[in-house]
Amino acid sequence: MTMTTTISGWGNYPRQESQCTKPSTAALLRTAVNQEGSLLARGMGRSYGDSANAHKVLATSYCNHFIDFDERTGKLTAESGITLREILTVIVPKGWFLPVTPGTSYVTLGGAIASDVHGKNHHIAGTFGQHVTSLNLVLGTGELLTSSKHENADLFHATCGGMGLTGIIISATIQLIPIQSSFINQKTIKAGCIESACELFEENNDATYSVAWIDCLAKGKNLGRSVLMLGEHAEEGGLEIDLKEPVAVPFNTPAALLNSMTMKTFNTIYWHKAKAKPHHAVPLMPYFYPLDAIGNWNRMYGKKGFLQFQCVIPKSDGVANMRKLLTEVANSGEGSCLAVLKQFGKANDSLLSFPTEGYTLALDFKLNESTMQTVSRLEAMTLDMGGRLYLTKDAVMQESTFKATYPNWEKFEAVREQYGAIGKFSSMQSKRLGLA
Amino acid sequence: MKKVLIIGATSAIAEHCARIWAAKGDVMHLVARNEQHVQTIASDLKVRGASEVTTYYLDLNNVGRHEELLNVADDALGSVDIVLIAHGTLSNQIKCEGSVEETLAEIQTNALSTISILTLIANRFEARKSGAICVISSVAGDRGRSTNYVYGSAKAMVTTFTSGMRQRLYKSNVSVVTIKPGFVDTPMTSEFTKGLLWAEPSAVAEKIVKAIDEKKSEIYVPSFWWMIMVILKKLPNFIFKRLDL
Ligand SMILES: Cc1cc2nc3c(=O)[nH]c(=O)nc-3n(C[C@H](O)[C@H](O)[C@H](O)COP(=O)(O)OP(=O)(O)OC[C@H]3O[C@@H](n4cnc5c(N)ncnc54)[C@H](O)[C@@H]3O)c2cc1C
Ligand SMILES: NC(=O)c1ccc[n+]([C@@H]2O[C@H](COP(=O)([O-])OP(=O)(O)OC[C@H]3O[C@@H](n4cnc5c(N)ncnc54)[C@H](OP(=O)(O)O)[C@@H]3O)[C@@H](O)[C@H]2O)c1
Repeated sequence: MTMTTTISGWGNYPRQESQCTKPSTAALLRTAVNQEGSLLARGMGRSYGDSANAHKVLATSYCNHFIDFDERTGKLTAESGITLREILTVIVPKGWFLPVTPGTSYVTLGGAIASDVHGKNHHIAGTFGQHVTSLNLVLGTGELLTSSKHENADLFHATCGGMGLTGIIISATIQLIPIQSSFINQKTIKAGCIESACELFEENNDATYSVAWIDCLAKGKNLGRSVLMLGEHAEEGGLEIDLKEPVAVPFNTPAALLNSMTMKTFNTIYWHKAKAKPHHAVPLMPYFYPLDAIGNWNRMYGKKGFLQFQCVIPKSDGVANMRKLLTEVANSGEGSCLAVLKQFGKANDSLLSFPTEGYTLALDFKLNESTMQTVSRLEAMTLDMGGRLYLTKDAVMQESTFKATYPNWEKFEAVREQYGAIGKFSSMQSKRLGLA
Repeated sequence: MKKVLIIGATSAIAEHCARIWAAKGDVMHLVARNEQHVQTIASDLKVRGASEVTTYYLDLNNVGRHEELLNVADDALGSVDIVLIAHGTLSNQIKCEGSVEETLAEIQTNALSTISILTLIANRFEARKSGAICVISSVAGDRGRSTNYVYGSAKAMVTTFTSGMRQRLYKSNVSVVTIKPGFVDTPMTSEFTKGLLWAEPSAVAEKIVKAIDEKKSEIYVPSFWWMIMVILKKLPNFIFKRLDL
């Protein structure tokens, strides 16, 4: 059941020698908590940095069973190791969809809760945790406890977004949303600069889904030029779902292939090719999970891996501040072709949940010394602007930045203390950020 | 809608086969010894689309109850279209070498218990002149190797037994499918370091379900194991015995 392996997040940095236990049933997952020393739950390892790294991890992948699905009410209960992808195969044909989904379907239910993930509908639907009606957590004491907004609410709000540091989520119930079709009516709008992109988000605040792909290498008057993609669930087209197996990137490609020239070309072509389009129907899977078509695309960054930087900055002065961040990125000339801009709605009650009202920017940096410095400058700027970084993407944030930008961290620690998590659950990230 | 009896239903490979059948709306009867585990699987299969799932608990080494097991399955399913036999344990070779009891227990689990069920099912299907029987054997049964010949010889018995049964039942329109997986990443092999030769249970399950549908006789999964085993079987003993495999 246990073996020693090297693990890492999706960014392949940092790597960690780890004793990995993969219990074959939920009952064994629960008792595995009783082993010596401190532990951490690990799902699909789609967090980018060291959030899911620890000396001892408990893999949830065999605990991937549906427990109950009420097709009339859209309430779904499942074990925590099930992936959103598996959930989709069952619910979409029955006319239901995830209330919130991240940009990949290869994440577990437990991981989605622990990172309190957001999707393109954050401005309307909030985060994943807001749709969890209850969850079962194994505490450091080995006890199994149910929590929800109404029951053990303090534990619930520490666990949603709590990065596995309160215990092991064994199972959870979520409320799905009804759909009439497995298609999305997509509308594409081009924005010539960051100011106009932010204006467009404002104007389209009632769109169910909105996100912008942003060319973060464009400078000057083109700075922040983007393609805004809006979406609404269609009413026609049927409920079929097409799950193609991804095309694999078989090994780490030489990082040189991904130099700034090729990225710049890619970005320019993408921007010019994108056409402003009125509503047209696209299937769910490519709309929500375009990157899932290529398995292990993270290997394209080579052996050393990459960092993802995702910040949110407050709405006031948001546009001017976003211009500053993008200028920094553009000047570095090192940003990726994968940059995403989105307007967030209001924050929620979960203690370490990332989204707050404002603008969020996410992009990759191929790892080297210079990009490390760029990311660290971006971290400092975000701190100055009153923003914060997303824990599930982070591999390098300083303890001081974390504590200054997540003011609820002390309350979080108090809840952990109360429920026996301190000393029992920790990650490489939690140690770096100065959590007990 | 097919009616499937799965023996050793808590096996990861069997469970992935069951998920494929569930998605097609088939009916299943699951037999396993871990009650809680098989209940979890049954609820899961229902959500995944199985028309009906029933369960039965038995340590399969209790061969005295195999007849009853099949009667209960017939009651639950009406008549059985497919039987999949998947239970097994990866024997601890070192322990077996030091203990007759351990060796015989492993042969009991991996060969004799399966042969007991096969004997009973063969007669039932032969009389009915229909049905498919699928057994998970192993590449380990193709040639005894120093590191796992107890397990290997048990699987060899299963392979040979099903080969004979296949000939016998061919005349009665009953297909017998022998599956020889290579290395599969399941709880059975959780302590092994995984490399290029390893397959996912979901991929193996797809091949198994397809082989049953196509009434195949014997398959290696993944198929490249056929090549590996051809070479391994052809190696002359004066070389083979010097190897550490
Ligand atoms: C291509 C891509 C696109 C993405 N898009 C988005 C996006 O749009 N929005 C967004 O919010 N995120 C996004 N993410 C991030 C991803 O959704 C989160 O990192 C998610 O938590 C990963 O889930 P996982 O199962 O892989 O968890 P892991 O990476 O294995 O773990 C992440 C954290 O969850 C904890 N955890 C996992 N399982 C459990 C459990 N059972 N009990 C307790 N704690 C647990 C771990 O301890 C760890 O702290 C994206 C990631 C990728 C690779
Ligand atoms: N994994 C591989 O690499 C590999 C390779 C070749 C062949 N195989 C064969 O494939 C089959 C399935 O194995 P797997 O890989 O899916 O491993 P697995 O998940 O460990 O499944 C084996 C199952 O057999 C059950 N079992 C063992 N003894 C039993 C008994 N006396 N009564 C009832 N159930 C019993 C176990 O139940 P408990 O959980 O209750 O113990 C377990 O669920 C086995 O026949 C195995 O030999 C596997």
